[in-house]
Order: sequence, then C-alpha cells, then structure tokens
Amino acid sequence: MEIPKKLTVSASPHLHCGENTRTLMLDVLLALAPAAVMSVILFGWRCLLLMAISVAACVGFEYGARRVLGRPNSLGDLSAVVTGLLLAFNLPANLPWWMPVIGAFVAIVIVKQFFGGIGQNFVNPALVGRIVLLVSFPDAMAPAEWPLPLPYIAGVDTVTAASPLAALANGTAPSLQEMFTTATAYDPLSMLLGLRPGSLGETCAAALLLGGLYLCIRRTISPVIPLVFMGTTAAVTWACGQNPLFHLLAGGLMLGAIFMATDYTTCPINFKGKILYAFGCGLLTALIRLFGNMPEGVSVAIVLMNILVPHIERITTPKPFGYVKPKKEKGAAQ
Amino acid sequence: MHAKTERLLKPACRSRGGARVPHNKNAAESPTRHIPLPETVAVPMRQHIGAPCLPLVKPGDKVTVGQRIGDADAPVCAPIHAGVSGEVVAVEPRPSYSGAMTDTVVIAPDGLQTDCPDLRPVTVNTAEELVQAARDCGLVGLGGAGFPTHIKLTPTQSQPIDTLIINAAECEPYITSDYRAIMEEAPLILQGVYTLLRCLGVQRVIIGVEDNKPKAIEALLRIAADEQDLQNRVQVMKLPSHYPHGAEKILVLATTGRRVPMGKLPASVGCAVMNITGVAVLQHYLNTGMPLTRRRLTVDGPAVADPQNLWVPVGVSIRHVLNQVELIAPPTKILMGGPMMGIAQLSPDMPVLKQNNAILAFDAAHDLSDKQQAPCIRCGRCASACPMSLMPTLIERFAKINDVENLRRVGVGICMECGSCAYNCPAHRPLVQYMRLAKEIERKGRG
Repeated sequence: MEIPKKLTVSASPHLHCGENTRTLMLDVLLALAPAAVMSVILFGWRCLLLMAISVAACVGFEYGARRVLGRPNSLGDLSAVVTGLLLAFNLPANLPWWMPVIGAFVAIVIVKQFFGGIGQNFVNPALVGRIVLLVSFPDAMAPAEWPLPLPYIAGVDTVTAASPLAALANGTAPSLQEMFTTATAYDPLSMLLGLRPGSLGETCAAALLLGGLYLCIRRTISPVIPLVFMGTTAAVTWACGQNPLFHLLAGGLMLGAIFMATDYTTCPINFKGKILYAFGCGLLTALIRLFGNMPEGVSVAIVLMNILVPHIERITTPKPFGYVKPKKEKGAAQ
Repeated sequence: MHAKTERLLKPACRSRGGARVPHNKNAAESPTRHIPLPETVAVPMRQHIGAPCLPLVKPGDKVTVGQRIGDADAPVCAPIHAGVSGEVVAVEPRPSYSGAMTDTVVIAPDGLQTDCPDLRPVTVNTAEELVQAARDCGLVGLGGAGFPTHIKLTPTQSQPIDTLIINAAECEPYITSDYRAIMEEAPLILQGVYTLLRCLGVQRVIIGVEDNKPKAIEALLRIAADEQDLQNRVQVMKLPSHYPHGAEKILVLATTGRRVPMGKLPASVGCAVMNITGVAVLQHYLNTGMPLTRRRLTVDGPAVADPQNLWVPVGVSIRHVLNQVELIAPPTKILMGGPMMGIAQLSPDMPVLKQNNAILAFDAAHDLSDKQQAPCIRCGRCASACPMSLMPTLIERFAKINDVENLRRVGVGICMECGSCAYNCPAHRPLVQYMRLAKEIERKGRG
C-alpha cells in the first residue's frame, strides 16, 4: 500500500482514554436521574415542570450569553443541563414557575459566563442561583410550611408541614434512639426514601447515595469530599449533643456533599486540599445549623469554602517527586 | 522450587498516578524475522543524547557489518557502526527526527552482509573494561532515550552503585521488542546479567518485568535457577502492568523504594538502570565482537494488519520497514516508539535509529490529532495521573503567562513527558506540549 509523503506530526501521547467533558457531564446526569425520578414520585408532576423550566432556562442563557459575548457555542458539553438540574433540585415543589428562570440567569450569566465560562467560575453557579433566590424570595424559597411528599396518598387536609430542620431548631426532632424505637414521622426508612418535606431533589437520601456510589465507581468523583463533608457535620453535631443521623438525612446535606461540593471547577484538585475543603464545608454546615439564624447551612458553607479554594490549593500543593529545597545562593550564581 | 520463589520479588514501593493504557501487545508471539535489504541505508551521525559523531568514512569507501563509521572525542557520545556491508555513496546533511539537519552516511548495500574482519570477542573483568566495552559497542539507552550507556555505568567516587536494575517493564502499549528479546535470547541476557554483576561489583541485580508478561518472567526465572548463584543475587520483580512503570525514576522507586532526587541520576541513590535488550546487545558484543548495528523492531499500530517483530539494520527507512508488513489503510501518522512517548515522524523516509524499539502506523480513523480541545474544567485528573506529583493544569497556566518563578517553585523540570496527564484529560488539552513549553521557559529563565 502506498505510504503518503506527508504525515501528521503532533505531540505525544498518541492515545487517549476516550472520555471528554460531555461524557463526564452525562455521568453526572445519570447519577442525578434516580433523585429526579424520586422527586416526581414524591412531590408530583409539578417537579417535572420546574426541572424542565430550570434546565431550559440554563441552556437558553448559556446559548444567549455565549452568543452575545461572541464566544463559541458550548451547549455540547452539557454543563448547563447539569447546572439547571441541580438548581431545580434546590427548589421547593410549589415554587412559582418563573422563579427558576431568575436563578438560572444568576447561575449561568453572572456566575459562569461573566467569569469566562466552564472551568472559570470561582463559586458553584447552581448554589449562588439558589442563594440569590433565597434572599430575594424568602417566603417562597424557605416557607414555614413545605409541601408534603406523596400528597395524593396523604389526602387533601395535610399537604404541608414544617421542614425537618425547623423541627431541629424548635427542639421537636427525635433523638438517635427515638428514631429507631418510637413511632415518629422521622424514622430512618422514611427519611432514606425521602418521605419528608424538603426541596425537590434533596429528600430521597437513598437515590442520592445511589448516584454518589455510581460516580465513585465510575471515578467521576473521588469519595473523599462527600465522606469528609458528611463525617464532619455528623461528628460536630453529635459532639454538640444533637442527633447526627438526623442531621445527615435532613436538609440538603446529601445533595450538597455528593453533587455540589464535588463540582470540579470549585473544589481543590489535590487530595489533601480536598480533605481540608470538605472538612471546612462540614464544619461550617454544622455551625450554621447549630448556631446560625438560618435553618439550613449547606449551600452557604459550600460557597464560602469555594471562595477559599485557591488558598487551600496553595498550601496543599504536593511536593514533586524527589523534591529538594532549592539553594538560594546557587540559584543566584547560575 | 524454593530458590525460584525467593527469586521472584514483589514491588518494594507503590508508585502514584500513571495511566491505565491498553496493552495491545499484538506482536508478542510473533518470532523476530529478518527483512530483505533496501537499495540504500542512511545512517545519521546523531543517534544518542550528547555530541554528534563525526563521519569516519567518505563516499566510495567500502564498509562491512560492524565497522565503525562515526565517532567523536566528546565525553557524552557513542560510536556508530554500519549495519550493512556495501559502498558509501554519500556523506551529507539530512533532516533528523527532531527536524534539525544531521550528517548522514548513505550506504548502498551489496547484499553480502560481510562481517567486519576486525571483530573479536572481548573479555572484561573490571568495571573500567566494562565501561570501555559498552562504549566500543556503541550502546545507548534502548528504551527510546538514547543516553550513552557507558556514562551511566561509569563508577563515581561519591556514591557507589549497589543495585543494578534491568528494565524489562516495557510499559508502552504495542511494543514487544524487549519481550521478544527475553523469549528468544534469555540465556544470552542472563549471561550478560552475570557479567555486569561480576564487573560492576553490585550487591544485587533486579530484573523488573510487568505482570502482563508471565512467560517472560517464567523464562527468566528458569534460566536464573540454573546458574550457580546461591545467594540469589539476581532476582526478578513482577511489577504491576500500569503505565509508566518502565520510566527510570518510577522503576527505581518500585524496585528499591528509593527516590531519585530532583535533577539527579539514579546513580545518586546507588542504582544503575539498564534496558534488558541493552544487556543482550552488550553480551553479544562481548561474545562475538559485533557492536550494536541492528534493532529488533515491533511493527504494529491500527493501520497494520499483521503485527510483527523484525530485525532491522540501523539506517533502513521507515518506508522500507512498513513495506514488509500488510497495511489495512494508508498510514497518516507514523510513530517511532510507543504511542505514549513516541515521536511522530515528518516523513516515511526517516531512518531507523539505535534507540528505536517500534514503528507504529496509525490510519486517519485512529489518528488523534483532529480532536477538539475544550477548556480545562479543573477535574484534577492530570494531577492525580502525574507520577511525579506535578500539577499539569497549573503548569499550563504558568507557562501561558511566562511565570518563571512559579514554574520553578512547582518543579516543572522533573516532568519526564510520560503523557499520563494528556491521556487522562477529558478536555483533550495538549498538556505534554505545554509541559515542554513550560520546561523551556523555566530553563531560559534560569539564564
């Protein structure tokens, strides 16, 4: 066979593992799927509407912002879809339909594209979207009475209830022992399945754990951040005399630790940095829940730690192989 | 049996990072065969790291197989020998694989392959004699780097060498030339190992083989057991098949647990590393006087239908080598060496060099060069893949802004360009290219 005269010349390596940004994002979407399905089962078809609006708004803003800023289209990497779904997971099921659009604008246009697009944002876009909605519309985002899961089974008279974290705040939450022994609305199985009031995607711990397990097996994320994050929150709340299991299963801790704190762009790259960062997230979450005047602390804790990531990375950069301290006078002589 | 189990070692230390590359050792069971000679053979005068050789022949001279045709007085240099007998038709500058022009001796083979009449078996007893023999043999690092072997083996006063490590890891995909050397020349290799053991005065020799080559481990153990080596000073170590275990510093770490300091050679921790084919070449030279004039090459790649191992005299063109095998599709990229660290060639007319161990042909469907780059998403896979604990994504940023200070701080100089970072990068960043750029910036900044 004829060998062409002109050949391709490129730098090594000439093989690749075959993954790309899109396949990673598809993995995350697949891992979020069980929680998405559970949200529809628990809170009804309105969840599907909210998720669709949030995703569509994020994709639309991503396309529009790139277009206006004169940058190439980046919809193919699917990161806007992930942001949209995560934003929807942080919303109550009875939120007015137009509010996710505002959250999506903040997340995609302000947090992500104004800073240079994927890989350049210094805080998690979906979380900032949620926080902006929370401070703008506190009654809608953190209602005293949350929609109750499975309304079509529970009947019409009891469709709302206080969130479990409110129960913690007013001291009506069960102790660790009571959770297993006495009849309570917060028995471990119900909480694992998500039979408690809360945001769309945060209630079903089993679905979130399943997704997290999938991401760890696929090596899309390392288990370090979720484990250290949840472990720290559980340890600190237990040390302060509260029920650690209840803290793990209530609020958005699972969702935050598995899917939000592990966002590549806004978490440290190094192993040691990941530990330090996740420890900070867990500690802040526990402190806000125990002593803050907000019922929930996961999103604020993660965003605060996101901001510290460059500093965490600077102090946790691993020493290169065979590192020897450079000699100053030798460097000057050369 | 007892001696055999003691001879087989487990790795002394786990290395970090790397890449889970496919093995693709398609040519493993294909015995090495000879090829017909081409009409001309072009032997470049620079086939090693260091000073180029000066041609010792002129057009019209007759040369024989094993005759020295290039050498220089420079300390870091290895002589070059003719791999064919015939007539020198030209001595002229030609482009080398790096793109620079290099003096090249062009020989028209007469087809007789007459051996040089001066070749005599060589006896060595001391380290000095061994070093001289390695130089006369023209031996260089045969894994691809081409660093003259006699420099590595030269004993230093400050740090005596106690461990000789024989590199048979062959961690790059496709390549099977070291494996074939073990399967076809194990007795010669072991003879060479004992020669090195005797002359260098080292306490032990460790042959590192990846565990995807069980037959090679078996062959080495069988022959080692026959030797009268009661203290088990020659041992075989089964390394995990994980790229890049054949990289020198990683191999030293895995076999001895010692870390070569930044900017130092393995000798600084009492180790010498030699490629297993190099041992066979050296012992062959001692037995017959025939220096390094030909290579066992693996010819494979997605464009090759029948992967093979071929004996190729140094200087034969890639085109001629590829004509000996059946191609599935026209190759669009041709590599010298493995797919992780091999060099893409400018032209199929480039000659085979001493340090080459494979020629791989990629067709358009498997040629990665058209892959779209995407922005870095800071997933950190490059950093966790780096066996040297570097942070390629950070280094890319520093290189783009010419930040010499930070590049020095993160120790970019120890990057060995193994390609594990770029292999794992989901954004398809050309990280090895950035690492090279960064090293260059750091080197220039040092002044």
